[in-house]
Amino acid sequence: MSAVAAPSARRITWLRRRRALGSGWREYRRNTPGMVGLVLLVLIVLMAIAAPLLADPAGLHAVNTVNNPAWANPAKFHPLGTDHLGRSVMTQVIWGARISLLVGLAATVLAMLIGSVVGITAGFFGGWTESILMRLTEWFLVIPFLPLAIVLAAILGPSIQNIILVIGITSWPFPARLIRAQVLTMKERLYVDRSRALGASEWHLMTRHILPNVSGLIIANTTLTVPVAILSETTLSFLGLGDPSRASWGKMLQESFEAGALTQQAWWYYVPPGVGILLVVLAFTLCGQALEEVLDPRLRDRRE
Amino acid sequence: MSARYVSGKVLGSLATLLFVIAFNFFLFRVVEGDPVANLFRGRNLSQSQRAALTKQFGLDGSTGEQFVRYVQQTAQFNLGRTYTNNQPVASEIWDKAGPTIALVGVSTLLSTIFGVMLGIAAAWRRRTKTDYAVTSFTMTTYAMPDFWLGMLLLTAFAVELGWFPVGGIVDPNSDATGLAKVADQAKHMFLPALTLTLAYLGEYALVMRSSLLETMREDYLVLARAKGLRDALVRKRHAVPNALLPVITLISINFGFVLSGAIAVEAIFSWPGLGLATYDALQGPDLPMLQGLFLVFSAAVIAANLFADLLYGYLDPRVRTS
Amino acid sequence: MSAAAEPAAAPLLQVRDLHVTYGVRAGAIPAVRGVNFDLAVGETLGLAGESGCGKSSLAGALLRLLPRGTQVTGTVLLDGEDVLTMKPGRLRAVRWTELAIVFQGALHTLNPVQRIGRQIGEAISLHSPGTRGGAVSKRVGELLELVGIPARRAQDYPHQLSGGQRQRVLIGLALACEPRLLIADEPTTALDVMVQAQVLRLLDDLQQRLGLAVIFITHDLSTLAAVCKRIAVMYAGRIVEEGPSHEVFDVPAHPYTRALAGAFPVIGDPAFRMNPSGLAGDPPDPRELPSGCPFHPRCPEAEEACTSADVELWPAGPSRRAACIHVPGAPR
Repeated sequence: MSAVAAPSARRITWLRRRRALGSGWREYRRNTPGMVGLVLLVLIVLMAIAAPLLADPAGLHAVNTVNNPAWANPAKFHPLGTDHLGRSVMTQVIWGARISLLVGLAATVLAMLIGSVVGITAGFFGGWTESILMRLTEWFLVIPFLPLAIVLAAILGPSIQNIILVIGITSWPFPARLIRAQVLTMKERLYVDRSRALGASEWHLMTRHILPNVSGLIIANTTLTVPVAILSETTLSFLGLGDPSRASWGKMLQESFEAGALTQQAWWYYVPPGVGILLVVLAFTLCGQALEEVLDPRLRDRRE
Repeated sequence: MSARYVSGKVLGSLATLLFVIAFNFFLFRVVEGDPVANLFRGRNLSQSQRAALTKQFGLDGSTGEQFVRYVQQTAQFNLGRTYTNNQPVASEIWDKAGPTIALVGVSTLLSTIFGVMLGIAAAWRRRTKTDYAVTSFTMTTYAMPDFWLGMLLLTAFAVELGWFPVGGIVDPNSDATGLAKVADQAKHMFLPALTLTLAYLGEYALVMRSSLLETMREDYLVLARAKGLRDALVRKRHAVPNALLPVITLISINFGFVLSGAIAVEAIFSWPGLGLATYDALQGPDLPMLQGLFLVFSAAVIAANLFADLLYGYLDPRVRTS
Repeated sequence: MSAAAEPAAAPLLQVRDLHVTYGVRAGAIPAVRGVNFDLAVGETLGLAGESGCGKSSLAGALLRLLPRGTQVTGTVLLDGEDVLTMKPGRLRAVRWTELAIVFQGALHTLNPVQRIGRQIGEAISLHSPGTRGGAVSKRVGELLELVGIPARRAQDYPHQLSGGQRQRVLIGLALACEPRLLIADEPTTALDVMVQAQVLRLLDDLQQRLGLAVIFITHDLSTLAAVCKRIAVMYAGRIVEEGPSHEVFDVPAHPYTRALAGAFPVIGDPAFRMNPSGLAGDPPDPRELPSGCPFHPRCPEAEEACTSADVELWPAGPSRRAACIHVPGAPR
């Protein structure tokens, strides 16, 4: 006979989730590479957010004055010199972070959304649905990414939304396959059958049982897909398919290449954006791997 | 490996190829609008001239008829003519395929050999400095854009040090032939090949490493040691061959993808291959050329996947004897 | 099973104070905690216990096959030579020629991409380097026939054999270099009952014909009773009872043995049907062993004294020992 009303089912779930998150965070903290990645990531994101405070956006537009000579190396014009139009490289690097991060994240979210829907639907419903969806996935996997992205970008025209769209559309097959495999494993679990026996609807099963268990995989996979998206954006921008009105690290590489920075030996123009990309990708990769290990401890032993 | 297995895989590949061709067709349908007008921009064409040209380009008739004609033409390797210089796309691609295959072939060979060696070293000495060094190195090379690495190498070794040429495939001033010409080409290929090798090295190392780590858990390795084999022989005879199987498949598949992945690198080094052709075609955009290149790249991936499947089926006795 | 002629010479195998500790970041795990036993030429010893009691670790330790980082101390005298202090070259020479292991015949115990003939031949070529290919194939064929497999199956891959056949191949492989001591680690566990009986009969037959000494490891006590001369029962890394097999099985002196003996249904025995004694609980975590006798939390006869006193193997009859304070004559 309880004197206190028992907590509702919802509250119990919430408390359990919070405790799981707490222990997950402690687990993550122990992973050194993961922490390094996280710190790096936070720093870069802060830099991107604080861009207006750190660098005057006017510096992004063409200038070639006595104060801002073209091709000034870092010794003459700190901190990172100027490009062929006299613009400060540092300003472009700081502002370019925004585009790289934005496109990387948005495209990944799009890819994960499509991939999750396809993967969960295929895995859950099986039969004809699954066959058709998986065939479609395989076909998309066969088409090499870069040519497809180039063609799509050439068709749609260079803008930031289109780049996000292109990368998202070309990246969904990978998560789709993984998620479907995970859903298939989930289906084997008893509680799905038990739930069905209790009369649960398909929707309920999908959202209450399958989704929470697949979400871990989705999160880890998302973190590992962002670097791919960022590298893709870099390549596409380099090839001239990026948004011409916004500064991005890929665009800096394109402009530096076309302006002949290589032969001019103006390394300060193209080294910093590359370093930026390197750091961002590393940060996401380290975090993603650490997340994977936290969610699936078996991976930890396997990696070692 | 039964005939059924082989024919199944081949038919599957053909089906995928057909899908790609159809996809290609409809994709460019969306873009092209009126290619006749595009080509002859600025010139006034009469109705009859326009009609004649439309017929010449095979643009008359319904979409269905055009599609059938497109498939027929593709089967005969007729991929249209480029916008830029009105040459047959097919022959342009054919000319430029050689340098790309050479570059990608050499890079794949080198990155495979070194990648596998590094992966073995890392797995066999896991958790030691060797392992951490290899893993860190591969993660770093993976994290950088491959063409950026090319830019760095170009700056360091060609511009600053002058050890290697800055671009192209041969020295335009020399008229060397035979062996001297090959040597010249090799010198030009060194930096782009180095770039691609370093870019893909990491992936092979990591895959070999994890494949070997999986294999090392297997019981038959304990049995091999129990028989009295030295560690090195256990590794060489039992662990590595089994761990190599998935890596070999990966290499075959990757070859198809790297063919198109070298676009930016070829651009940096002005390497006259399919990648540079794509880069140039983008400037127009030279749509027939892009369409032809897209088809060729996709076909390469399909072919590489088929080869990987058949190769695996041959190498793994569990598949071979079923 | 009968033993060979009564051994007058020193025992073939002498194990003294064997400890096996797995080094793990979280803390050391003691899998074997001081095991002593002898094995004479041609003698058969059964080693029984639940999973995790240390019996497989013990087997692995005898040939130093445990993973790097595992600490093994004590002495393992094989014909007077201490295996644990052998130089690597000597150890490799001794492996398979003096002492061989028959592992459980799971699918990946044999290399799945090599033909079984080649895997057997490898052992032969390794220890008789000069042997020509033809002679090796001949010997491989003989070994296969010895275990009841047609010689032409040497061309097959492991996945083309049934579980029982794979187990036979492993037995044949173990005999390739004519060892004097065979360790059979759960050789019949994964097989169905009919095949189990066949394999056991094969082992019995070979043991008698070739005069092998055998250590037979399993969790099935009833198998050991039929197949071995002596039985040792392990619990939590130590031997808790030892003696002639029929005595140990029919009149167990240790409560754990009693439970093990009762846990396997004897078909047709009405007494068993009336009182099937399964054993409640799980084996203890080696990192957190109970005080005193490690069995006391699950023991139906536990007393106050069991929680404090550390038990040793005390004599419990002629050539019998048991580690329980209830054994008559044990100090309390």
